[in-house]
Amino acid sequence: MADSYYDPKDLRKFGKITEWSEDLGNKFFDYYGKVFEEGALSAREKSLIALAVSHVVKCPYCIDAYTKDGLQKGITKEEMMEAVHVGAAIESGATLVHGVQMMNKYDKLSM
Amino acid sequence: MATKSLKAKGEELAQTNKQLEILNGGMFAEGELPYFKDKIGEIGHFPLRPKKLEILQINVGYMCNQVCEHCHVDAGPDRKEIMTRDTMSQCLDIIRNTGAHTLDLTGGAPEMNPDFRWFVEEAAKAGIKDFIVRSNLTIIRANKKYYDLPDFFKKHNVHVISSMPHYTRGKTDKQRGDGVFDKSIKALQELNERGYGMPGSSLRLDLVYNPSGAYLPGDQMALEADFKKALKEDFDIQFHSLFAITNLPIARFLDYLIASENYEDYMYSLVEAYNPAAVANVMCTNTISISWDGWIYDCDFNQMLDLKVASKVKHIKDYNEDLLNDRNIIISQHCYGCTAGAGSSCQGTVAP
Repeated sequence: MADSYYDPKDLRKFGKITEWSEDLGNKFFDYYGKVFEEGALSAREKSLIALAVSHVVKCPYCIDAYTKDGLQKGITKEEMMEAVHVGAAIESGATLVHGVQMMNKYDKLSM
Repeated sequence: MATKSLKAKGEELAQTNKQLEILNGGMFAEGELPYFKDKIGEIGHFPLRPKKLEILQINVGYMCNQVCEHCHVDAGPDRKEIMTRDTMSQCLDIIRNTGAHTLDLTGGAPEMNPDFRWFVEEAAKAGIKDFIVRSNLTIIRANKKYYDLPDFFKKHNVHVISSMPHYTRGKTDKQRGDGVFDKSIKALQELNERGYGMPGSSLRLDLVYNPSGAYLPGDQMALEADFKKALKEDFDIQFHSLFAITNLPIARFLDYLIASENYEDYMYSLVEAYNPAAVANVMCTNTISISWDGWIYDCDFNQMLDLKVASKVKHIKDYNEDLLNDRNIIISQHCYGCTAGAGSSCQGTVAP
């Protein structure tokens, strides 16, 4: 056992999850592969979305994977950082919009 | 940014046996990753054998005006290995009689060979169908004596293939040195002015893209579309095709991988991306590579690893195409670079 929760080398073993549940594992990887194919959105656009979401869900494996994927697709660091800000903006917006709930409650409880 | 070759710095990795030791050892020797020969053996391609010879690639010397971080040749201004006119004459005999349809001159910067122009003029007379010169673009702007190269290329109907790591200044200069981007743009504009790379033009101008770091190239067609759009919009530059080439883990790129602690991950990426469909068309099956001093290799990478062909014909003085074509191709783990993803060669992707 590793003595930390995250080991970058574990990403290489991702495919092994199929060994303990073949049907579900295969279905997941088929789905995953299909999602990232060129479609109504380009593979490049999808890569940037994935990078933003990786940050929001704070998945270090995903951040490694989609930074590399972005480089492979010729995505610039400026584009990558803007995508991260999009994720961060939605995340902070999601926190701040609850401020309205706080205001509503405050007003309701106040004379 | 590198300023000297590994060789000039006396680095251990300048020795080819040291590089081969690394490629054959580590994760491969420990059984963590499969050897390339076992991998291609699974689909009946070991030993790897040549098909019909199509491309004659001649390396006219390792001297270059640039010292690119990723260079598999370990080329640079300090490299003195240069093809002589005598060796060129022997090459011309081969060019006049070969069954290959393509002649591909590379280096270093081939233009820095003092007999380069004579060689091109003589070789062009042989009437080979596709005559390629791999030009790094900046050489055209490096010195006044090279300013007329676009006209020279045009005069001899040379097919120009040039490196362009990215369509942005930052990434290009980081890999190839400060100012490389601006010089390359200027050189491309000059080639365009002479008709090179224009839609429908017979003067072919292709670009080579290879990643500026420890990652594989993305989809060649998508990259080509991005390059075309950006270069046209920003600089009014046009070109024909983009070849996405994978960096092979040898020479300076291997040095970079090890120094940046990316070697292991990179080899994993190459092996994971192994594509059996690419094996049948890897370039060593239709190309031979000749070095500045006349030795013959399965490819330019094997040349840099000093792995001469496994044939009685090892040198151009004994050249015999039929005999040469009846050989087993020498492979090692660097070959995974040519079978990753859509495959990689000096002509771009190889998978059908």
